[in-house]
Amino acid sequence: MSELRTLLADTVTRLFTDLVTKEALEAAEQGAWPDRLWQALEEGGLTLSLVPEAAGGAGGTWADAYVVVRAAGRHAAPVPLAETIVAGWLLAGAGLPVPLGPLTLAPVRTDDRLRLSRAGGSWRLSGTATRVPWGKAAGHVVVVSEAEQRPLVALVAADAARATADRNLALEPRDTLVFADTPVAAAAPAGPGVPARALHIYGALVRAAQMAGALAGMLQQSVRYVTERRQFGRPIGSFQAIQHALAVLAGHAAAAGIASEHAFRAADRGEPELDVAAAKIRVGEAAGVAAGIAHQVHGAIGFTYEHSLHFWTRRLWSWRAEFGSESRWAAELGRAVVGRGADALWSDLTARSTASSFPTPA
Amino acid sequence: MAVFHFELRDLPPETQALRSEVREFLGQTLAGRTAIGRAGSWGGFDPEFSLKVGARGWIGMTWPKRYGGHERTFLERYVVLEEMLAAGAPVSAHWIADRQSGPLLLRFGTEEQRQRFLPAITRGELHFAIGMSEPDSGSDLASIRTRAARADGGYLVNGTKVWTSNAHRCRWAIALFRTRVVPDKKHEGLSQFLVDLRSPGITIRPIIDLAGSHHFNEVVFQDVFVPEDLRVGGEGDGWKQVTTELAFERSGPERYLSSIALLLELIRHVGKDPDERGLVLVGRLVAHLATLRQMSLSVAGMLQAGENPNLEAALVKDLGTTFEQEIPEAVHALLDLEPTTTSGSDLQQVLGYLVQRAPSFSLRGGTREVLRGIIARGLGLR
Repeated sequence: MSELRTLLADTVTRLFTDLVTKEALEAAEQGAWPDRLWQALEEGGLTLSLVPEAAGGAGGTWADAYVVVRAAGRHAAPVPLAETIVAGWLLAGAGLPVPLGPLTLAPVRTDDRLRLSRAGGSWRLSGTATRVPWGKAAGHVVVVSEAEQRPLVALVAADAARATADRNLALEPRDTLVFADTPVAAAAPAGPGVPARALHIYGALVRAAQMAGALAGMLQQSVRYVTERRQFGRPIGSFQAIQHALAVLAGHAAAAGIASEHAFRAADRGEPELDVAAAKIRVGEAAGVAAGIAHQVHGAIGFTYEHSLHFWTRRLWSWRAEFGSESRWAAELGRAVVGRGADALWSDLTARSTASSFPTPA
Repeated sequence: MAVFHFELRDLPPETQALRSEVREFLGQTLAGRTAIGRAGSWGGFDPEFSLKVGARGWIGMTWPKRYGGHERTFLERYVVLEEMLAAGAPVSAHWIADRQSGPLLLRFGTEEQRQRFLPAITRGELHFAIGMSEPDSGSDLASIRTRAARADGGYLVNGTKVWTSNAHRCRWAIALFRTRVVPDKKHEGLSQFLVDLRSPGITIRPIIDLAGSHHFNEVVFQDVFVPEDLRVGGEGDGWKQVTTELAFERSGPERYLSSIALLLELIRHVGKDPDERGLVLVGRLVAHLATLRQMSLSVAGMLQAGENPNLEAALVKDLGTTFEQEIPEAVHALLDLEPTTTSGSDLQQVLGYLVQRAPSFSLRGGTREVLRGIIARGLGLR
C-alpha cells in the first residue's frame, strides 16, 4: 500500500473508532442521525473521495476510496458514506455540482425502473425506487437512467419524492421513493465510460468492499472472543475444532478482501463490470459462510442484542442482496464467460491483471 | 492477532511477451492433446516435454546463471507456470526439481552438489522424487524412523518411504532420514540426503491408486550406502530445511488449477444450451478462479520481494484445494451425467478422472488439517 493510502487508512480507522461506538450504533438503530460522525467525515474530505479537487473534493482514486469504504464496513458506520462517494463521482463525472450533505442512489433493486423525460428545458423523473439507503435522511438522490439513447445522471432533492420509511435487517434506512413527474435539480450526460447500469455496478462494488471490511472485523472479533472465553478449563480457541473453523473464516475474509480490492483497481482502469461481478459473488459467498462460523464460535452470547457481533452479521445478510445478489451476478458473469467460449477464459482472465477489462462477448 | 496480508500485485508489462511465447510453445507442443490428457496436468510425466521446456529456458528460471539458471524473476517464473497448468501441460517430470529440490540445493547444498545437479535439472534431464512420508509418519512428519547410521565415508540407510511419486521414473530423490535418535525430541537428529535411486539395496514397489494409476511407490532401503558428500546441509538440520522445502512446495499456483480442465468442459457444455442454473454455476466458479489467481499472484509477489509468505500460502492452498474439489462436485450435482473413464463424452471422462483424483488434492503437500493448523497459528491460536 502506498504511504499516502496507509495514512488515509490510519485516519479513517481513528475516526471510526472514536465515533462509531456501540452506543452510537444503537442510537442509529433507534432512528437517530449520527450528525457528529457525518460532520467529521465531511470535514475530513472523506465523503467526496472521488470528486476532483477543483470541484471541492479529495481528488482520490478508486483505490483510495477502497480504503475508506472498507473501513466504513469494518466499523459498521451507520451512514450512507459509500453511497455518497459513488454519487459524488457520478455527479462530478457528468460535470454537475456536488451538494454537501449525505447523498443516496436510486434505483438499488435491479427490477426498479426510473424514467427521465424532458419537459421543456429541464428533466422530470418518474417511477418507484424501493430499498433506497437513507432515502429520507439524504439531502439528494442521484439517479442514472437512459434517456434519449444515452446514460444520463440526474440530481433530485430527496424531499421532492413521496417517501415511505423502511429498514433492512441491520435497521439501516431502506426507504421507498416515489417520483411522479418530479422536477430534477440538475441533469447531464454521464461521464465517459459510465453506462446506464452504473448504479448497479458501482453500488455492488462499494457493497463488496463494505462486506470485506465487515468480514475482517468479524474475524478479528472472533479470534479475540475464542482467546478470552474459557470452557473445560482452557480458552476455547485452544480446541482444534474452533481453530479450524476460524481458519476457514480467515480464508473467506482474505478472499473477500482481495476480490473487492481487485475490483476497485479495475474501476480505476475503467469498465470494471466483470471484476465487480466476481467480487460481489465471492464476497457474498464469504459472508454467508463466515457469519455462520462467527456465530457458532461465539455461542449464545453472540446471538444477543447486547453483544456487538450482530452489527456485522445483520449488515452482511442485508448487503449481500443489495445491488444484485450473488446468483444474479453469477448469471451475468456466466453469460459473459460462456459467450466468449471456453478457449477464451484463461487469456481473458490473465489479460485482466495487466490490461483494462474483461472483453465483452464476441 | 498476527495478521495475514495479501497485497494486490500487477504483473509487470514485460511478462506479456513471455506469456505469449509460452502460449505459442504450448499451442504447438500440446496440439491435438485430448481433454482427458490435459486433465492430468501436473500428474503427467513426459521427459520429452521436459527437455523441450528446459531448452526454452523455463526450468530453474530464477536460479543463478552459473548453475544453468536464467536469473529471471519469480513473477516471470509464475507466468510460465500458470500458463503450463492452465493448458494442462505434463510438467511432472521436471516440476518437483524446479519447485523444491533445486531451490533446496541452492539454499543448503554444497557448491559441488549445485554444480553437479542444478545444470542437468535446468536442461530438463534430471528428475527428482521426494522421500518424506513413511508408513507410520504422514502428517506427523517429524516422527520418521528411517535411519541413516554413520558408516565409513558416509551413511547406511535402513527403512521405508511411501507415497513417493515417480520414484520408478526418477534417478534421484531428496530424502529425510534420522541420523541421530534424540529421546523425546523428534525434530532433532533429522538430516536430508541426495539419494541415487539405483543404489544397491533400494527396492521400489508400485502403489496403485484407486483409479488404477501408478504414480506412488514404496521405497525400501536395506543397508543402502549414501556417501557423506550427498548429505544436504548440516547433520541434524533436516527439520528446519524440510519446512523450508514444504514452503516452496505449497506456495505455487498449482494448488488451485488442478480441475480447470473440467471447468472448461463445463463452459463448453453450458454454451450449447445456456440455462440459468448452468450460467450461475459457471459465473460462480469463474469468480472463485479469478479471486484465487489474485491471491496466488500476491504470494508470488511476496516471494519476489524476499518475504516469507508461509501463512498466506497455507491460506491459498486451503482455499485452492477446496475449489479444486468443488468443481467436480458441483458439475456432478448440476448435470445428469455419469462420470466415466472408458467411454462417454469429454465432459464425462474429465469428470470421471477428476472425481477420482479430487480426494488427493487436500492431502498432497500437507493435508487440509495441517494447513488449517498453520493458519490457526498465524491467527495466534496455537
